Amino acid sequence: MIPTQFDYAAPATLDEALGLLAGDGAKALAGGMSLVPMMKLRLAAPEKLVDLGRVSGLRYIKEDGANIRIGAMSTHHDLESSALLAAKCPLLVQTATQIGDVQVRNMGTIGGSIAHADPAADWPAALLACGARVRIASKAGTREVAIEDFFVDTFTSDLQPGELVVEIVVPVDAAGAKSAYVKVHQPASGFALVGIAVHKSNGATRIGVTGLAGKAYRAKKSEAVAADPDKAAAVVAEDVEANSDIHASAEFRKHLAAVHLKRALTSLA
Amino acid sequence: MATTTAPPITRTKTREPLVGKRIRRREDPRLITGTATYVDDLKLPGMHHAAILRSPYGAARIKSIDIAAASKHPGVVAVYTGADVKDVGPVPCGASLPGLRVPHHHILAQDRVYFVGHPIAVVVATDRYIARDAVDLIEIDFEPLDAVADPEKALAPGAPAVHPEWPDNTAFTYHQAGGDADKAFAEAEVVVKQRITSQRLIPTAMETRGVVADYNIGDQSMTIYSSTQIPHLLRTLVGLMLGQPENKLRVVAPEVGGGFGSKLNVYAEEALMGFVARKLGKPVKWIESRRENYTTTIHGRGHVDYYEIAAKKDGTITGLKVKIIQDLGSYHQLLTPAIPTLSVLMLPGLYKFQNVKAEIVGVFTNTVPTDAYRGAGRPEATHGIERIVDMLAAELKMDPAEIRLKNFPAPEEFPFNTATGLQYDSGDYALPLRKAMEIVDYMKFRREQDEARKQGKLVGLGISTYGEICAFGPSPATPAGGWESAQVDVDPTGKVTVYTGSCHHGQGEETTFAQLAADELGIPIDDVIVGRGDTAKIPYGIGTFGSRGTAVGGPALYYAIQQLKEKIKKFGALLLKANEVEYVDGQCIDPNTGKSVTLAQCAGAAYRAMKLPPGETPGMTATYFWEPPNFAFPFGAHIVLTEVDKETGRIDIKRYVCVDDCGNILNPLLVDGQVHGGVAQGLGQAMYEQAVYDDNAQLVSGELMDYAIPKATMMPWVESSHTITPSPVNPLGVKGVGEAGTIGCSPALVNSVVDALSPLGVKHLDMPLTAEKIWRAANGAN
Repeated sequence: MIPTQFDYAAPATLDEALGLLAGDGAKALAGGMSLVPMMKLRLAAPEKLVDLGRVSGLRYIKEDGANIRIGAMSTHHDLESSALLAAKCPLLVQTATQIGDVQVRNMGTIGGSIAHADPAADWPAALLACGARVRIASKAGTREVAIEDFFVDTFTSDLQPGELVVEIVVPVDAAGAKSAYVKVHQPASGFALVGIAVHKSNGATRIGVTGLAGKAYRAKKSEAVAADPDKAAAVVAEDVEANSDIHASAEFRKHLAAVHLKRALTSLA
Repeated sequence: MATTTAPPITRTKTREPLVGKRIRRREDPRLITGTATYVDDLKLPGMHHAAILRSPYGAARIKSIDIAAASKHPGVVAVYTGADVKDVGPVPCGASLPGLRVPHHHILAQDRVYFVGHPIAVVVATDRYIARDAVDLIEIDFEPLDAVADPEKALAPGAPAVHPEWPDNTAFTYHQAGGDADKAFAEAEVVVKQRITSQRLIPTAMETRGVVADYNIGDQSMTIYSSTQIPHLLRTLVGLMLGQPENKLRVVAPEVGGGFGSKLNVYAEEALMGFVARKLGKPVKWIESRRENYTTTIHGRGHVDYYEIAAKKDGTITGLKVKIIQDLGSYHQLLTPAIPTLSVLMLPGLYKFQNVKAEIVGVFTNTVPTDAYRGAGRPEATHGIERIVDMLAAELKMDPAEIRLKNFPAPEEFPFNTATGLQYDSGDYALPLRKAMEIVDYMKFRREQDEARKQGKLVGLGISTYGEICAFGPSPATPAGGWESAQVDVDPTGKVTVYTGSCHHGQGEETTFAQLAADELGIPIDDVIVGRGDTAKIPYGIGTFGSRGTAVGGPALYYAIQQLKEKIKKFGALLLKANEVEYVDGQCIDPNTGKSVTLAQCAGAAYRAMKLPPGETPGMTATYFWEPPNFAFPFGAHIVLTEVDKETGRIDIKRYVCVDDCGNILNPLLVDGQVHGGVAQGLGQAMYEQAVYDDNAQLVSGELMDYAIPKATMMPWVESSHTITPSPVNPLGVKGVGEAGTIGCSPALVNSVVDALSPLGVKHLDMPLTAEKIWRAANGAN
């Protein structure tokens, strides 16, 4: 990799990290699975990298009453192999197993992924479906935002300069909850051409869709008619301006979303 | 069952031979522990680093270049542009065709760029990062021009001229005919026509290219380390480009991380680094990034072909007409125009019809040049004939296996002369097909398919029966000589080094040649090392490509050893004071007394040279240059079972069965590896890979994020087996297997998917079979 020149810091505490990130031109490195390739291609040229890999207290998955708290520096593999999640929010385990490959899952983190806000990443669909909240810290303090408000646009999240994702909070599944993440891989990159996460809990169905549009979204129209998989499928991509590239046209992406939503709902019925 | 027998190998040994055993690759430990030395591992004292500025446009005029800021950047040693290197000879084209238009291919662009990636300037700096930073400081005033990337669009009237001097974008047209195709078509009972494409691919060797050049001011000698398949040819050709006497130019191909034909070439950067090293009197390194690899290293395939096949109603094929539109790219690299002529040679496939008429139109486009990529012309031809034969069978409502069996030459017809002028050496083409049909239980599958179709399932079976030209090749039929060299050195202590001119780069000859040498010399394999890839050590050689490493390099080694054994025996007789000795298990034995001396004793005596056998010279070495009398022609049958999801376009490969006949097998483990890797690359073409240029000739699939090579998880289980029909053209009876999997795979896969979709009226699909393409075809839209 031949990036432009940059400074590098590896703070040990969150406070230190937030201090470093408060400066101009600083960018957090949280695994590097997206940032480093962009730097390699010189599409990103941060002046300073603040490597969060040594910050203590950001890598955990723990139960806290009705919620599960996931430290932002938890790797995809941490989630994939979590017994707690397997028992109480298996959608995240299912999703984690379909991210990238083993090397990516060992390095990449859930916080780094959502902060990057890639419209074809897997986590957004799953987190939208299970109603996650994101805890964000800065020198000014911490705040919490619903996942739907976190994704603003393509590669744009709600994070303001100097802010850092520190925790993702998901509700513990109710008894009898069911969920599924279905993904069609883009054959070269392994990102989602279309990814559909379905979460049924306490009689409500939430559906997250990634890969299809400029940002991941909740398919609320489909949720409203989720009891009828055909009807739900028919409206999953309604009014969505779908992505189109050499791997799949907008029309095909919309079609795949419908087929896989129908299949997912049918399998969970 | 063998139809032809190779000359017997005279085995002067009693122990069990190593040849034929599944011996693990001796080269692997260093490769998988990261202790091998690739070009990028070389660190020469005082070495500079180069980065290259390349065209962002498919076509543009260079109005001015300002290197002032780059030159002043701290750490930058020099910046060179086209003006500095205009006297360096052009990047060579080794192929000659009647009337071929050859654009002057400067190593750096002069006043115009012809493709995205075209090198314009080189920055030399004290480290790689500085060099790359300074590239961004070069200011160029471009005047963008209209570009064309699609070969058929390039042929249309009014298309942008890639080279202004040739507005029709036609580099050459080439005709070849055998028999009387017009008559065959006039008399045909059935004719089937189809446009069949073999899309442009990017070779994607795991190691990108890289060059280190060094220049010794003292003796004016140059050394070029390059990730190449052809060190000697590179020495000759780069020497000519740079005016560097060949005897003062050494080329080293260190460990090479894959080539697949993409390193069977002479590239601008190889001469450019030599130029820089000589200019500065310093070593300089350039390592290609993946993006550069995709925009400057040759691409493969790039065919749009128009097929017409003539037959009788009983399925007897009587003739074939093919027009090949070959996308050449912007320039001719080493063999660019020759590659489609190999397609023409293989047009008849394994079938015995004798009437062929072929035309090639070689087209310039504003793209990376195409050249040899695994199979080089033969996959395109095999794909075409195997598709059109399937379409003919469908038209005649014949079974696709039956129509093939009907049109193969019989075993007793070998050597078989084809309509395109080849002589197939040996074969029994029905043998692997019948074996593959047995493995998949063909009749049972067809019954199950009928049942599945009744339930609405889309299941298919695809066959390809392929042949290929391997063991390149007799010298008169090749651009640069088709022989190969070998040298065997026995040290005074009896240790053996064999050198081969075939510069293997991952194929495994370090193991197979050691097996062969250990067997022939009757010594432990650990006493043999195999040297390659250094023109200072090895007699002039041709290289590894066209499945020739073992099939041409192997016999050269075999004969060198036979020659050396005569010398060993003379020293053995001298030491034993015998008239004649036998050489068995690494020892010379006097049959009269039973006394013996070892190879080491004979070698020691030859170097000490206290006394010499009559007429014999000191030393213990032999060199042999072997000229093959013909190509060798491996063949085989691949059968693929698929199921297609109509709703998603997903293809599920249920079984992949291949039966390859590559003649005798030196090491079954390595042959398995070649078949698996070959199938992976064929599968890549059939299902995933495509070099996509947009209308402005921008390479859209310019990174591994967008160019889909198959990963391990995308591979089916490959059920690989063999029939063995030794080649009579070499003493080892080998035919070559490097390209078989690639050639056999793509038509079998596409035939299978078309068969699966045939109840929906689908007759043909072009590659790659993306999910969207399948979905559209299965749902009546194209």
